[in-house]
Amino acid sequence: MIKTFVIGAVLGVLGSGALTWYVPAVDLQRERSMISVRPNIGNAELFHINLPHDRILVGLPNNENSIPAGLKWPGEDYLGDMQTELFKVRDENNVVVGVASRLASATNSTGAFIEWSLHLPARGTIYVEMEITPSADGFRNGEMLAGTQDFLTLSGSVREQFISEVSDDADLQGRIQLEVALVAPLGDEL
Amino acid sequence: MKYAASLFAGLVLGAVMFVLGLYLNPFMGQATVSPLAVTDRQVMDLSYSAVPANGILYTDHGESAVTPHPDRVAELWEPTVVDTSVFVTELFDGRGNFAGIGIKYLSKSEQTELIKGEALASSVWHIFLPGRGTIMIDQTENFWSYIRDVVIPARTSSGDNWVGSFHSVTTSGPGALGTARLTGGSGVFAGLTSESVEAITVRGYSSVTGPVSKDGNLTIELPEIAAATE
Repeated sequence: MIKTFVIGAVLGVLGSGALTWYVPAVDLQRERSMISVRPNIGNAELFHINLPHDRILVGLPNNENSIPAGLKWPGEDYLGDMQTELFKVRDENNVVVGVASRLASATNSTGAFIEWSLHLPARGTIYVEMEITPSADGFRNGEMLAGTQDFLTLSGSVREQFISEVSDDADLQGRIQLEVALVAPLGDEL
Repeated sequence: MKYAASLFAGLVLGAVMFVLGLYLNPFMGQATVSPLAVTDRQVMDLSYSAVPANGILYTDHGESAVTPHPDRVAELWEPTVVDTSVFVTELFDGRGNFAGIGIKYLSKSEQTELIKGEALASSVWHIFLPGRGTIMIDQTENFWSYIRDVVIPARTSSGDNWVGSFHSVTTSGPGALGTARLTGGSGVFAGLTSESVEAITVRGYSSVTGPVSKDGNLTIELPEIAAATE
């Protein structure tokens, strides 16, 4: 019986080791990437933000208008006219796939900027610098500055558009659409 | 039946021995000194309180020990973001003056391998420093030492808390020397690529409410152009 006990103990150690080695401790939920191939080069993917539902934070120079209620935002004295927004991000199926921050300032002493940081947990992060002036069509184009994980080696652009009339939900005040176009380095496949 | 019970008891003992071995393994440790401590370039230190209630905003799936803050903030309960937290905080310079705002996304990493002492998370900082510009820091963080030396002792304590002094460099990559990758966005940081390291110092932790006293520090290596404007 002692032999059985010892064999059990050894099996317990080995089994636990094998379990720890082979069973992933973290298994992130993934959604199918809704990618379309662009006719010239690269792939495009469309994300959107439903307003106001997907808003997590709005930090404004005037702290009284900040969201959510009770937010102690440093405000104009510390941050000038810098606006910070945090959102949940959805894919084309309207499923939340990540979070994003948008920082913007028109009068920062080192120059105006508009930036997005798009964080998709199972895939990585895209860091984008947008053009200050939107196009005549109402778009704002931006260039990807850096990517992490799946986006590490990619380059590309992002097009931002605010859509005020969204027909499929009466509660929606609008939608921010982000079209991400990415290109793999020459010789690699995306 | 006796043999089955004996085998079962052995299996349980083996599993417990394995867990104890993992927990007490003295070879699984993390650096307490930043790899940037020996750099000959200028560095910039940004510190912050890593206690969520002291920050501007903290949110996660809403069922962890840490309560989202402020009260009415949206929670990240959707399956794709349930393992992610968002922390927005004020950043302070080496003199303790306000330096800017930092937004930190932290997601559990699928690269986690507990058998190697790696409880990994992928985290990204999006930072604005007034008068200087914006940066993004991408890093892999290892919280194994923090979990082993602070979180578990707090949970096993009869008082549900831990008090002591714990310091660890959490950044473990993606840089070859265990440094984070920094990309400049606007202002003096435009076009910049550099390295960074994050460390935490913990003095109190409650298994009921999370960190009670916890400070974070970002050390950023600066090339000459960015350093000149500091």
